[in-house]
Amino acid sequence: MTQLSPMQPTKVDVAVIGAGPAGMAAAVTASKAGLSVALLDEGQSLGGQIYRNIEHGTPFRDGILGPDYVAGRSLAESLRASDVTYLPRTSVWNISTDNMLDLSRDGSSSQLIADKIIVATGAVERPSPMPGWTLAGVTTVGALQILLKASGVVQEDAVLVGSGPLMWLVAAQMISAGTPPKAIVETTPKGRMAQAMPHILKALKGHRYLTKGLSMMRQVRGAGVPIYNAATDIRINGHEIAESVTFVSKGKEHTIRSSHIALHQGVVPNQQVTRLLRCDHKWDASQHCFRPVLDGQGKTSVPDVYVAGDGAGIGGAKSAALMGRLVALAIAQEKGKAAPERVYRLQAALASDGAVRPFLEAMYAPAPQFVKPAKETIVCRCEEVTAGAIEDAVDLGAPGPNQVKSFLRSGMGPCQGRVCGLVVSSIIAERRKASMDETGYYRIRPPLKPIPLSELANFQPLEVAQK
Amino acid sequence: MTQTADLIVIGGGIHGSSTALYAALRGMSVIVIEKDTVARHASGVNAGGVRRLGRHLAEVPLSQHSMEIWYGLQDMLGADCGFQIAPQIKVAETEEELDRHRERVQTLNRMGFYHETILDQAQVRHYLPAVADHVVGGLASLRDGFAQPFWTTTSIARKAAQEGVVFKEGERVLGLKRETDWTVTTDQGTYQATKVLNAAGAWAGALAGSLGEYAPVEAIAPMMIVTARLPKFCDAVVGATGRPLSFKQMPNGTVVIGGGRRGRADTATNKSEMLFPELRNTAATAMDIFPIMRGATIVRSWSGVEGRMPDDIPVLGASAKHEGLYHSFGFSAHGFQMGPGTGEMMAGLIATGATQFDLSAFAIDRFTAE
Amino acid sequence: MAKRIENTGEPVQFTFDGQTVMAQPGDTVAAALTAAGIDILRSSVVSGSPRGVFCMMGTCFDCLVEVDGVPNRQACQIPVTEGLTVCSQQGAPDVLEASA
Repeated sequence: MTQLSPMQPTKVDVAVIGAGPAGMAAAVTASKAGLSVALLDEGQSLGGQIYRNIEHGTPFRDGILGPDYVAGRSLAESLRASDVTYLPRTSVWNISTDNMLDLSRDGSSSQLIADKIIVATGAVERPSPMPGWTLAGVTTVGALQILLKASGVVQEDAVLVGSGPLMWLVAAQMISAGTPPKAIVETTPKGRMAQAMPHILKALKGHRYLTKGLSMMRQVRGAGVPIYNAATDIRINGHEIAESVTFVSKGKEHTIRSSHIALHQGVVPNQQVTRLLRCDHKWDASQHCFRPVLDGQGKTSVPDVYVAGDGAGIGGAKSAALMGRLVALAIAQEKGKAAPERVYRLQAALASDGAVRPFLEAMYAPAPQFVKPAKETIVCRCEEVTAGAIEDAVDLGAPGPNQVKSFLRSGMGPCQGRVCGLVVSSIIAERRKASMDETGYYRIRPPLKPIPLSELANFQPLEVAQK
Repeated sequence: MTQTADLIVIGGGIHGSSTALYAALRGMSVIVIEKDTVARHASGVNAGGVRRLGRHLAEVPLSQHSMEIWYGLQDMLGADCGFQIAPQIKVAETEEELDRHRERVQTLNRMGFYHETILDQAQVRHYLPAVADHVVGGLASLRDGFAQPFWTTTSIARKAAQEGVVFKEGERVLGLKRETDWTVTTDQGTYQATKVLNAAGAWAGALAGSLGEYAPVEAIAPMMIVTARLPKFCDAVVGATGRPLSFKQMPNGTVVIGGGRRGRADTATNKSEMLFPELRNTAATAMDIFPIMRGATIVRSWSGVEGRMPDDIPVLGASAKHEGLYHSFGFSAHGFQMGPGTGEMMAGLIATGATQFDLSAFAIDRFTAE
Repeated sequence: MAKRIENTGEPVQFTFDGQTVMAQPGDTVAAALTAAGIDILRSSVVSGSPRGVFCMMGTCFDCLVEVDGVPNRQACQIPVTEGLTVCSQQGAPDVLEASA
């Protein structure tokens, strides 16, 4: 169970942000190499999203969530057995260029200085803007899985809308939990298999993932869940709460009644911290997302800042843990410590674990309807800015996301662009016929998470705390 | 190929853009060279106060002139600048502070300016129903206001472009020299003009220096924090007297708080950085003066790179050394309101060689290199 | 409808807009409200339209509620504790009128 919070250090060799597989693995490896490590995480307990609630699992829930989930437990155990200072419920809301981290923990803010910073903040779900997606009752597919993992809660009438491995995994887990989804509305456009086939030979090296994927799909079909393929023109209907979802599949319009619609278009790196730190990013045309530019061992363009896990580019939990170890080794070497394991072995394991990715990326690239939503679709949920308004701002001369933000307040609400950022950039790029790299992304400004004004007034910066 | 114009403006902030606009309206051909994008720095990111209240006495006539333009600016530009007339109020937390305000009003009245007035305790409460009980009064300029800085500066630039001004964004000036005309060399081309305006903000000191004119511009990064939307409780722009604060609730309910405190600015990299520990007192002041702010949440912050002079007033007017060279920079974090008026004045000075305003306090040769 | 597939401990009780809600230990406010069939947590600040849980992982800020008098708290990040007072957040109607 939750331990008493340990004393917070003021200076560490390594600060790791995020306690998912990458963060836990990086922290343990750095600590084994003899470095002082603080692991900072917003959540209540270890695991991040993929291994959410991993330390409190029950046999019943383990059975539903499956062995790949349960595999995360050993990582959490090794973290608990290590000398790492683990600070749960701690959000990093700013990092300045002198490696000073501003933290909020249990309602008060303080500082921590770190020689090296490992950003292990994982992935977020790619947005699926469509008419009606702001209605209550509409969630992401990831949200359904978190409800299941953390609280054993399922929605009995859930309709899953989208594409990608996580959607099939959640459908299979819901079936195991005895509450199959009411329907699956698959959005992968026709012809994707042909585009993915050139990657199949490489993908076969990762046949474990392919086999798991196929067996999930078989399980869902076998359970009699209605599946609609290559759906387009999707909209969610309802007044206050979602009431139904309407779409076209195989030339025919369908409407399915449900007040719980869950959306998914794959996951993308969470860029907030690396953008705040002004690390260089590049557009990855295969993963359809921005990734921080890294050297072979996770080092960014900014001194002392490293990235491990899905935040570096989507690779999944196993790769994330491997990369966490790799990054920790790079830091250990730089700090003159003996490496507790071999770099080349980790690199080989990473290559093998990632073999399936190009196939999945080609297969499940976002459908055009989510990259360039229809004019009236709300894109920025916080400030309710539509795709059409963004196009108009571009026509008025706004050359990029930051100018669009100044015009329209898109990305200025409490989520600070986390949800709409990629879509806003892609709408601008499309409108200006510019590349995503030319178009760029929102400048991310602190605080990374909202903080009460009263907390700022009572902020205990390091020079005060030390007096 | 060399492009020519009557006037080359270096810097696409509010001062460069508005001078370009008014010069074009006088029939001059103008090229604006901006190393980033229009309104990228202090002109696009500031608190948006359109404030005459509390200005340095030397600035008052020009600020007054600018205010008259502000009232009709949106019509002239045919654009929404988010401008609204609103009171600017400096609250006094002690009788001693209020006395200082009374003296100032007398001084202004002697100069012939009557826009600043004293508010007693009841009047302050009338304009600021949510103000804390201990506030004893204030100094107000009731027909000042606020605007959206980015909308305003880009609208001025858009209007200037409609009037024929050529904007060269993303182009960095490498050097300039004068033979019969001025030749400006950038990383992408060369330009010639008989007149050049240095409106390069935090970068203007280096530019002046390259021409042998000393201007100790310090790059500063004023910091602003923005809260989540709150119920409407304040229509005025508010400052404190004895401690730094600038405070404004926007029409959408968010509150912008700044004042005095500075982050890190770096002109070499174009970057500025927030230093939150510096804002502890600002946060406390906001909560002291408006108790409703105890429930506010900070969602955003920004800082922009701005040029500050040692005496906190700008450099305005003709070069002390070179014919055809003019300066308009160093507004020291309060130049936004002065943008339209200063642009109009500078365009007149550049076009005719004369102005009705006394610019002696703003002369560049008031500074001497040590 | 939401269904809980297992209970892991003694129930914890809190209120949402005055209504008593039963939670399980370890639930976040958002999970407990979802389990109780409560899907609307606030109305949006721009149009006043109803909003509920969206991402459950602290990204979207759609589940903002008032917790023990403090507004703008993420329901998906706050663990339920006995006796917690949670209230829905109503857009900002005064603000809408003022800016209309």
